[in-house]
Amino acid sequence: MTISSFTSLLIWLPIGAGIAVWVLPLSRYATGSLAVLVSLLEVGIWIEQATRFDFSHHGLQFAQKTTWIKDLHVSYHVGEYGFSLWLVGLTVVAMTACIGYGFWVGRDRPRAYFGLMLFLTGATVGVFVSQDLLLFYAFFEAMLIPIYVLVGVWGGPGRLGATIKFVIYTMAGSLIMLAALIVYGLKFGTFDLVDGPTSISRWMFLGFMLAFVIKAPLFPFHGWLPDTYRQAPPEVTAVLSGVIAKAGVYGMLRIAITKFPEPTSYYRTFILALAAGALVYGSLLAFRAPDFRGVVAYSSMAQSGLIAIGLFSGTNLGYDGAVLQMVAHGLVSTALFLIAGTVERRTTADQFALLGGMAKGRPALATLLVMLGVISLAVPGSASFAGEFLILAGAFQRHWWWAVIGAVAIVLAAMYMLRLISAVLHQARGSTVSDEALDLRPGELALVVPLVGVLLALSAWPAGISHHSFAGDQPAQQVQDQFK
Amino acid sequence: MIHTPHVDWFAISTILVLLGASFVALLGAVLVPPRARRAFAASVASLGFAGGLVTSIWLYVTSANGHLVISGAFYRDRWTMLSQIILCGIGLATTLVGAEQIARVRDEHVSEFFSLLLASAAGMAFFVGSANLMVMFLALEWFSIALYVMCAIEYDVEGSLEAGLKYLIIGSFGSAALLFGSALVYGATGRIGFAQIASAVGTQGLDHDAMLVLGLAMIIAGLGFKSSAAPFHMWTPDVYEGAPTTVTAFMSAATKVAAFALAFRVLRTAFPQELYLWGWAFAGIAVASLAIGNLAALVQRNVKRMLAYSSISHAGFLLIGLSAGSALGGRALMYYLVVYAAMAFGSFAVVAARERELGEAVTLDNLAGFGWERPFLGVAMWFFLFGFAGLPLGGGFVAKFYVLSAAYQRGWTWLVIVGVIATLVSLYYYLAVVRAMYMRPSAELRLAPVAGGSPPREPLLHAAVGLALAVSVGSLFAVEPLIDLAKHAVNSLPF
Repeated sequence: MTISSFTSLLIWLPIGAGIAVWVLPLSRYATGSLAVLVSLLEVGIWIEQATRFDFSHHGLQFAQKTTWIKDLHVSYHVGEYGFSLWLVGLTVVAMTACIGYGFWVGRDRPRAYFGLMLFLTGATVGVFVSQDLLLFYAFFEAMLIPIYVLVGVWGGPGRLGATIKFVIYTMAGSLIMLAALIVYGLKFGTFDLVDGPTSISRWMFLGFMLAFVIKAPLFPFHGWLPDTYRQAPPEVTAVLSGVIAKAGVYGMLRIAITKFPEPTSYYRTFILALAAGALVYGSLLAFRAPDFRGVVAYSSMAQSGLIAIGLFSGTNLGYDGAVLQMVAHGLVSTALFLIAGTVERRTTADQFALLGGMAKGRPALATLLVMLGVISLAVPGSASFAGEFLILAGAFQRHWWWAVIGAVAIVLAAMYMLRLISAVLHQARGSTVSDEALDLRPGELALVVPLVGVLLALSAWPAGISHHSFAGDQPAQQVQDQFK
Repeated sequence: MIHTPHVDWFAISTILVLLGASFVALLGAVLVPPRARRAFAASVASLGFAGGLVTSIWLYVTSANGHLVISGAFYRDRWTMLSQIILCGIGLATTLVGAEQIARVRDEHVSEFFSLLLASAAGMAFFVGSANLMVMFLALEWFSIALYVMCAIEYDVEGSLEAGLKYLIIGSFGSAALLFGSALVYGATGRIGFAQIASAVGTQGLDHDAMLVLGLAMIIAGLGFKSSAAPFHMWTPDVYEGAPTTVTAFMSAATKVAAFALAFRVLRTAFPQELYLWGWAFAGIAVASLAIGNLAALVQRNVKRMLAYSSISHAGFLLIGLSAGSALGGRALMYYLVVYAAMAFGSFAVVAARERELGEAVTLDNLAGFGWERPFLGVAMWFFLFGFAGLPLGGGFVAKFYVLSAAYQRGWTWLVIVGVIATLVSLYYYLAVVRAMYMRPSAELRLAPVAGGSPPREPLLHAAVGLALAVSVGSLFAVEPLIDLAKHAVNSLPF
């Protein structure tokens, strides 16, 4: 087995394990252990790939290509670039934490649950490594199926309405993308992302972008977000905001911007305005949200907007910062939603009105939540600061006012995060917080602490990602060359 | 002395095998003691369909150069044989389900059912290879009459008799339209052979002949009835709902295969000059089917009715491939038919299992908890429904991609958009079934089957559903081999 086939292994190992978990009549404990083991194995495979990755090399690495539909020039083509490597890393790390959380809380119907979580892992990795449009689309859609069932079966009381909204919203975008990719593929005679030419069609660009702005989501396409994030089980919300949302912005970078340079610059101001809208509006909503999950949910929308600003600024700094911020925010929001889950388990509430005073006697919870909050509000020295700074510097090069809007939003971020911390940890003790609600248990620490550890490592060395995402440290040039 | 033509018996061996098995099954109704009849008839039917599979595969392999046999009445080519392979596969799966499900109430007429099943499959196998208007009509009536009786076979079950009668009346109307259209075409061209019609139109300059165009329109209408495309779909929900679910499963899969395979052949062979006419006509019918099928399905509570409307909407997708009229459209059509037949058959078979368990019609409400009670059938249904909706859990995704590509290649981007919107609408009702099976609050679960005790074991039904599942999922990965088969089949049609 060569290192290239590791890319496929990252996709099919969890999917195969998911099917095995469905079929084999294992006990609850064995099922969960197997799922955690497989996700740890994924992390191991990914580390092996990352150590062998040649960051100075131009073009696709660890590539594999096989014909899928010869007739229409569709192939099974997978491989990784620097930035996709980081996103795959984010996926496997975040999924491991979330699968571990599901195991820790002992979800009902464990075989179905872990099977779906593993399937989701494979599909999400598939999105980040696909180098063929139809394959990308297939994985993009395949992510939807496990999420639909995970929210619908294991979610909160309003889950049925939330799933319908989520599916209809995201499928509307995806299907328009399907039409756009059929047109692209048949017009140019190839669906390959590496070999495919650039196009000047604005309709096609908008078709692709619609799918991505809904998934990310950007204002005003976020209608599905509040319900879904609140009704999903916490670990699924963590995946949604930490990883799946990143698939939306990844699509903007890999397909929309790269393949449609002319429409990108034509619609640049428009999309920057949408992104700025998501950033400011999301931050305001986060400040107003009455619950833990609401704050983190809207802040993810704001962060998606910020990342999109970085990407659509079209500058070297913007691209570097966007990739760094995708990973940093992915880790932060995964960890925050998991902590929200642990708080909900202790208090059965996530309304701020019912919470408060949890810091007393719960040092681990308080320390982790404060650390994550501080990283999230981009305190200088944190990974998020590095990412946001690069994005704002890049946006400034495009035009100064984008940077001003971004800077305002960062102030808002400080406000909503501090509000969250104080509402949960400080103030008077909430009515649902009892003395029996213990501090984080070792099992929970084992899930969240590694995420925080990775974030601290990134804070110490953000260039690890920002200088290792695009060959030759020339992102704008790389995008123009379509990463060849 | 009457001069008889040379008959290539091997070319029609699939039909002969099926007919022979039909006679044996019918004899079993008299000669075999009652308690052994079910096993005997089901075994004969399985053997018949297995034999049909063998001969049709053999014929597929040996018929690389398609030609006419029996003095120009029947096509021995790969288009015919591939359709026959699919039909025999569906027949075999129907036999598996029917062996456990059919005539459970009185345990009578089991042999007759299998005899009719084999006869109708033989008629369809004849239909897809027909080479002139006479044979086409003859074969159509042949399999239709068998189907009318099959719909009504459980005549003491409410709705079954009504379904049979309704299908008979409206189906006859469709047959009459087809016959009248054929007569007009014969009147205009003086020919009944498909290929001769095309050459007559060419040599006599009949492109815009009113009689020919009217005849073509009536043939399209007649085929529209059989393929349950809107606006010729009115019988579909009632008949699908009323007929025994085994029969519904067979009809929804096999009739569509036969109707679409024949339609593509007759239009490509006999009316290539009128492509601009029938292409647009079928595009219009496709849009109507997509609109009516999807919108009506949204409000259904009865799962069989919902699946019936879904089959109308899939007729719309198939018509998109058909209306492209190109080789790519033909390949798309064949691929879609394989995948659709598997999914449609499988989903009705799952409904049949639930129906037997509950002893009443399956609705979205009494489906609650089904997915957890019977995990295999639940997961299979899950795959079929997501496949119907074009999500990448199976070949349904590639099939939709293919027909939409064919439409784009024809230059009809608007039809691609229509297809995409229809898919979006369809998600709502497909997901409603998934929601009912898995996501209802546990208080709503109806865990106790009406008959009491644990649900029947039904190993054969599970095997048939497993077969359908394997085809619908496998076709996602094995696109290339399937398309190769379809490509060889399409190459035997004139382009």
